[in-house]
Amino acid sequence: MAGYILRRLLQAVPVLLGTTFLIYFMVFAMPGDPLLALFGDKAPDPALLERLREQYHLDQPFIVQYFLYLGGIFHGDFGTSFSGEPVSAILVRTFPVTIRLAIMALIIEFVGGVLIGLISGLRKGKLFDASALVVSLIFISLPIFVIAFVAQFVFGIQLGWVKTTVSAGAPIQDLILPAFVLASITFAQLIRLTRASVIETEQLDFVRTAYSKGLSRRRIIPVHILRNSLIPVVTYAATDFGVLLVGATVTEGIFNVPGVGRTLYQAIVQGQGPTVVSFVTVMVLIYLVVNLVVDLLYGLLDPRIRYVK
Amino acid sequence: MSDPTRENLPQGAGAQEPLLEIKDLQVGFQTTGGMVTAVRGVDITLMPGQTLAIVGESGSGKSTTAAAIINLLPGSGRITGGSIRFNGEELTKYSPRQMEEIRGRQIGFVPQDPMSNLNPVWSVGFQVEETIRANGIASGRKAVREHAVQVLREAGLQDADKRLKQFPHQFSGGMRQRVLIGIGLSSRPKLLIADEPTSALDVTVQRRILDHLETLTRDIGTAVLFITHDLGLAAERAEQLVVMYKGKIVESGPSKEILENPQHPYTQRLVAAAPSLASRRIQSATAETAHHALGDLEYAPTKVTEGLDLIAAAEQRLEHIPAPAGDGPRRPDAIVVKDLTKIYKLRGQKKGAANTITASDKVSFAVEKGTTTALVGESGSGKSTVAKMILRLEDPTSGAIMIDGVDVAPLKGKGLLDLRRRMQPVFQDPYGSLNPLRNIGNTIGEPLQIHGVGDRTARRDRVLELLDQVALPQTLITRYPSELSGGQRQRVAIARALALKPDIVVLDEAVSALDVLVQAQILKLLADLQSELELTYLFITHDLAVVRVIADNVCVMQQGRIVEAATTDQVFDSPQEQYTKELLNAIPGAGITLGV
Amino acid sequence: MSNNPNTSTHYVAPLEETPLVAIDAVNVGERKSNLWIDAWRDMRRRPMFWISAAIILLVLIVAFFPTLFTQVPPNDDCQLSNSNGGPTGEHILGFTKQGCDVFSRLIHGTSTSLSVGLIVTVLTTVLGILFGAFAGFYGGWLDSVLSRAGDIFFSIPYILAAVVIMSVFSAYRNVFVISLAIGIFAWPATARVLRAEILRVKQSDYVMAARALGVSNFKILLRHVLPNSIAPVIVVTTISLGAAIVAEATLSFLGVGLPNSTMSWGNDISAAQIDLRTAPQTLIYPSLALSITVLAFIMMGEVIRDALDPKARAQR
Repeated sequence: MAGYILRRLLQAVPVLLGTTFLIYFMVFAMPGDPLLALFGDKAPDPALLERLREQYHLDQPFIVQYFLYLGGIFHGDFGTSFSGEPVSAILVRTFPVTIRLAIMALIIEFVGGVLIGLISGLRKGKLFDASALVVSLIFISLPIFVIAFVAQFVFGIQLGWVKTTVSAGAPIQDLILPAFVLASITFAQLIRLTRASVIETEQLDFVRTAYSKGLSRRRIIPVHILRNSLIPVVTYAATDFGVLLVGATVTEGIFNVPGVGRTLYQAIVQGQGPTVVSFVTVMVLIYLVVNLVVDLLYGLLDPRIRYVK
Repeated sequence: MSDPTRENLPQGAGAQEPLLEIKDLQVGFQTTGGMVTAVRGVDITLMPGQTLAIVGESGSGKSTTAAAIINLLPGSGRITGGSIRFNGEELTKYSPRQMEEIRGRQIGFVPQDPMSNLNPVWSVGFQVEETIRANGIASGRKAVREHAVQVLREAGLQDADKRLKQFPHQFSGGMRQRVLIGIGLSSRPKLLIADEPTSALDVTVQRRILDHLETLTRDIGTAVLFITHDLGLAAERAEQLVVMYKGKIVESGPSKEILENPQHPYTQRLVAAAPSLASRRIQSATAETAHHALGDLEYAPTKVTEGLDLIAAAEQRLEHIPAPAGDGPRRPDAIVVKDLTKIYKLRGQKKGAANTITASDKVSFAVEKGTTTALVGESGSGKSTVAKMILRLEDPTSGAIMIDGVDVAPLKGKGLLDLRRRMQPVFQDPYGSLNPLRNIGNTIGEPLQIHGVGDRTARRDRVLELLDQVALPQTLITRYPSELSGGQRQRVAIARALALKPDIVVLDEAVSALDVLVQAQILKLLADLQSELELTYLFITHDLAVVRVIADNVCVMQQGRIVEAATTDQVFDSPQEQYTKELLNAIPGAGITLGV
Repeated sequence: MSNNPNTSTHYVAPLEETPLVAIDAVNVGERKSNLWIDAWRDMRRRPMFWISAAIILLVLIVAFFPTLFTQVPPNDDCQLSNSNGGPTGEHILGFTKQGCDVFSRLIHGTSTSLSVGLIVTVLTTVLGILFGAFAGFYGGWLDSVLSRAGDIFFSIPYILAAVVIMSVFSAYRNVFVISLAIGIFAWPATARVLRAEILRVKQSDYVMAARALGVSNFKILLRHVLPNSIAPVIVVTTISLGAAIVAEATLSFLGVGLPNSTMSWGNDISAAQIDLRTAPQTLIYPSLALSITVLAFIMMGEVIRDALDPKARAQR
């Protein structure tokens, strides 16, 4: 297992270098003044421009710029936002809220998605399965902001059950609706994937052998069918975490959740280019870390990977 | 079974009630086109402690019958009629809950493929322990664990207590099958259903595991219902035989009687086509007459077995190769292999462990023109690697290959293309050897096109001629592989190999995946083609029984080396190496005497 | 069967009960079948295929010939007096905040969404097939380089990447730039699927047989390997067309997509969000158009997936 972890960590290094380089390249290797491009039609304050030039070491050759920037990232320096506050300080303030929202969404997604997928798979072709398939297909087709608006409109405005925006401290009860909205995008995919995985696992030889050993269905479903079906589901959840990040940006923006996503959302909407780049970098790093963690988790889930012969 | 005293046991205990009594069993599968019947009126009676084998080809309904007993029919399968009485109880009326009580406790089950029948994510110990707990054999952590160790030890795993924590992928196929047998017998069931329990294993492992299973079940007094496609194996392992064909029983009775005197034409066909039985027959005939006189066998195939009879095919082959090897001038060699070595480098190995595998270790042999040499070995013996190197699909690490006296190593471009024209392969998997998206005409015609033979019409004519040669209707030319059976696909593969009129055909397990009757047909076709076209065959196989009927010379391979090389008769009559003897012993049917 | 064959006696079934049939006889009466023929037969039996095909066809016609559906100009005839107004006889879906006809904007916005979807799909498919095919088929160092490159692109969620690119190219926002911004980071999914499939297919005996015939490597790739590995790519492609349309709408919604002057569903949704309480119709109709279009492509992808996968077919 130790060897497996080490190998995975080593594999993550080139990807980390590659992604940060790619982002940096996209922004700063363009001809012309990258900063002016980032500000678009909004003429920036010359003092700010000067500060940013210094911050991104734009007087240096490109490759030097990149390594200085990378060094900064390792020290937790993601640059300065428009308001002059360091990005790292904003992160410290907003991150707990986003984590809270993400955990709520992940719980909803996993408990609901896996459970519905499991029941669907076990009752393949029955009414429950057919309706779950149709509903999940519709959810997959709906862009997150449409879901968010519909939810806001129905539950916030028409029914008046929840507030349409989240209050300052982002209490749990205010986050319930955003969490459901956030969960809904990957939730539907999870149902379909779990279902397919359950159907496939159910037909494997070892399940039949488990029956032949005299085990009851109540034991076989969790221990042999669900347990094995989770392997592809977890892999999927990792790759789909990117969708969740984008979803969090839109959801936090629409529901005014004071998290990392809203900060990025506002920076995008207000055209604050450098802040956008900083926060996208942060999100990509989060994505990389989550994928690495899931990869390691995968080793726990599948002993064939843990013990390489 | 070879022990004659046991054969009388059921009759001796005549008053006994049958353990299992199946009457007029009907099983159907629901499909979009309606109900398809898989088992039609099967009757089987099995006495306590007895062993009974159901023999049949794929699709005969043998496995379905077995699955119906423990109500584990796959997919949409349902028992649609008849009765299954076990120990006096009617199983077809049991609720799912009641069946759980029967399964594992009263009726054990050993599945076919050890690779897929253990859950890969749980340790072996966990899977044994859950069985013990579910069947109430023991309770309490410690007692269950101890029992699990005992079960595995019984199944023949020496260091059972250490291996409990290991996962299935850390076990070899044979070891896994031992675990599954241990699980099947863990609660001392009255009946054990063994569905092709060793078909996926190497032949020598197969024999050891079956011996072990036989000892265990005899000691416990468990009756065994044995499902197999191999008539020789069935007759050797069971006192009673049931032959199934298209969902029905065509013949049943004492094994010896059926084998010696098959009555139903289908059984006669099976007997004639079973390689294990044919090789035993040839063996006893040549042993009696002391010289190689297969021709003196005076064995005439009947009308029903025509074209399937392996002995007849072997006889016919001998007639076309008049000079037995040894006397007279030796024909020129078509293939000469010298010190052929292939070393694979392995990646991701821990330090200290060997990071290379020697798949082929200084292999040398020669194949005379117009004869067949068989390369025999178990999985991992390197036989297929050698074949691939000869075909220039893999590059040797060292050593030389001469085809018709020409070293093939430096060949490139045109020279290599010419070599390919003279030598063609036929591979094992009939489902994988044809491109599913190209029609039969294009598949057979591809070699002609690649080598620029003739124009469009000439190529079409040649394809039609080839279809005739392999006895397929010409209308198949516009059809796709998915419409054909395994045997038919293999015929197409043979036609493709023959398209360029090669001198040498390399047959890599070319008949191993086929049902026994189809296998016999293809072997006969290969023999016919050889005499007609004077082909040289290099025949790669794990099955020595097939070798007996098709090959002139044999090279036995083990772990990358040739351990014994001689004429087929020599290898069979006086094997020199222990390993060869083991392989010969592993041919089922050693203990049965056969009328010729 | 009444004559119970006690297994200790020798029983032989009467021949007429189980007549022997020819061994391995060819059934030439069967219909032609291969993967694609079977898939087509399977698809055309399903209502979901026809529904999604009809929607896709309709969307295509609307995109190419918008004037067939509305005579009202989407932009030039807007009157602020109609701002957020309800439906009237000629303007069946009401008005936007700017007083423009919602239905007309919807019809004229179709081609934008569809163009982005198509361009992105062509881009990701071409890049995905190039990278996936070469990496999977040739293996070795080429595979390592191409796969690592794919990993890096795959590790940046493509909408976030597009946000950055669109921020940099804020001066050049048009259909091509936005399609490039989405497509450049979306191809690794296709490449991965194809690579995995090619790794499987190239193990086939028919590839080995072709090699033994002397067929050149590139020809083997084109003739034997690619056609047999392309099925999952088609599924991914169809579904990603829907995803690309969503991506464009999301970017426009965030304000880094197409400029406001370009008519697109995403822009309309973005503009309407402030008036969710007062004029929900301005938000709901473009959202509905977007969702139904995407649903059609995703449904089509699912139908093709089921039709191409014999295992899935057996499971139904």
